Amino acid sequence: MSQQNWMLNAFVYAVLVFILLPILIILPMAFSDTDYLAFPPKGYTLRWFESFFASSRWMGALRFSAEIGLLTALCTTVIGTAACYALVRGAGGLGAVFQGLLIGPIVVPHIALAVALYLFFQQTGLSGTRLGYVLAHTVIALPFVVFTVAAALSQVDPALEDAAMSCGASRVTAFRLVTLPLILPNVISGGLFAFIISFDEPVVAFFLAGIRDKTLPRMMFDDIEQNLTPVIPAIAVLLTLLSIVVLLAGWLLKRAAERKAPAAPSEP
Amino acid sequence: MAAGFFQPEGRRLSKAAVTALMLPFFSVIALVFLWPLLSLLSLSVLEPEPTLAHYQRAIDNPVYARVLWRTLVIALWVSAVSLLLAFPVALLMARSEGPKLAFITACILLPFWSSVLVRTAAWSVLLQRKGLINEGMQGIGLTAEPLKLLYTQGAVVVAMVHVLMPFMVLPIYGALRNIPADYARAAAICGAPPWRGFLHVTLPLALPGVIGGFILVFLTALGYFITPSLLGSPKEMMISTLISQQIREHLDWPFAAALVGLLTLFVTAITLVFSRLFGFDRMLGGRK
Repeated sequence: MSQQNWMLNAFVYAVLVFILLPILIILPMAFSDTDYLAFPPKGYTLRWFESFFASSRWMGALRFSAEIGLLTALCTTVIGTAACYALVRGAGGLGAVFQGLLIGPIVVPHIALAVALYLFFQQTGLSGTRLGYVLAHTVIALPFVVFTVAAALSQVDPALEDAAMSCGASRVTAFRLVTLPLILPNVISGGLFAFIISFDEPVVAFFLAGIRDKTLPRMMFDDIEQNLTPVIPAIAVLLTLLSIVVLLAGWLLKRAAERKAPAAPSEP
Repeated sequence: MAAGFFQPEGRRLSKAAVTALMLPFFSVIALVFLWPLLSLLSLSVLEPEPTLAHYQRAIDNPVYARVLWRTLVIALWVSAVSLLLAFPVALLMARSEGPKLAFITACILLPFWSSVLVRTAAWSVLLQRKGLINEGMQGIGLTAEPLKLLYTQGAVVVAMVHVLMPFMVLPIYGALRNIPADYARAAAICGAPPWRGFLHVTLPLALPGVIGGFILVFLTALGYFITPSLLGSPKEMMISTLISQQIREHLDWPFAAALVGLLTLFVTAITLVFSRLFGFDRMLGGRK
């Protein structure tokens, strides 16, 4: 038994090395003083970070991606929260349709959606525009936001809202002052999730990119395909730092949510 | 994602309020998802007149048939290798707790937080002719000359396993965690050796999670675009790279639409069968 356990542990740690290795190997290459990607890095320099921040093309892509990501987070949380709330407090019966429609964007391959939107946006003049990207990324990220918000909303005791309304609060006030604060941590982490999905989305961006406005993943794709320079590892370092910040923020939110959450209603 | 999420409770909203709140959701899905997909698919059967010729061409032309077949084979390889790697990880997670469980979970979730492009770039560096893997193998005398690793099907499979394997771990872990430890103990008390208890008790109970994870990875791999187009050989295309080529180089929209149609119908059919049999939750690692 213990020998079996030993083998299982060894195998699993080997798999974890496989998972972590490429990520751990590419990060130090950002500091290599060579024009190509070298491991172990030769010399030490920060010039790849400088050339990233000095390049108007990279900065433009970064700004464009950040804008799209923020707008996507905003759209998905507003649309998603409204829909979840309507389902939980509505007359019922829409749940199955809703769930079927939500699963669509998860199941349909991104290449299919990307090609369909490429055609649709060409016909409607939305290709390469900010609005086009935000709409596309909203569809892709919406299911994940809905599941995150629905998880919190199903934990909120409806009696709390009823109590507020019995005391004279309107529906909107009851939602704003009672329900929203309870689900807010999940709404925000859903928004963070949507931002990350949009910020890192390569396939739709590959097809929708105009000549001028490109997202960061699209620029990275071109760079990897044409000439792989240490700018890519430098971006990897920056993205890793961003992920750590987002993860920390998410963890803090979760802790806040756990402190705030009322006891779950006692039903099966 | 239990169905309970969407069950109404509390004081009801009016019909008008429900409509107003649901409208943005339904319009986004209808306008930016359903409509574009359906109008693309309509090209595949209506251009220039009602026809199935574009589908016929994808299946009959040996060049395209080979691409379809290769896509299936690569996706099966990716799912099989992922299963081989993911099952032990999920098993150890189900048997661990505390900091060890947290550590393994963090490692498995880490790729979700790092860019697919960054990881693809990492593999292209690792697999280069003068890359770490070639130099390592020469260093220990495994190979005399650098091997061509990049731009091969092997590179595509390895990099796709790296990206998709974590998606297999979660549903299997979800299934394993829900099996009460008493069951394995009961098997042992009845005299079954551990392997037998595992084979006849644990494995059948974990099967829906295993199948769910396998299908999720398989379906994602079928339509995968970034990794094959950056690490694969242009001579050995997958369906996604063929679709991209038909649109960007040949401007053959009806044929590209037929390829999208084949991919989407196949993926949707498998998903529907699976969710009829086990429920869609299992595919994403949800608890029953």
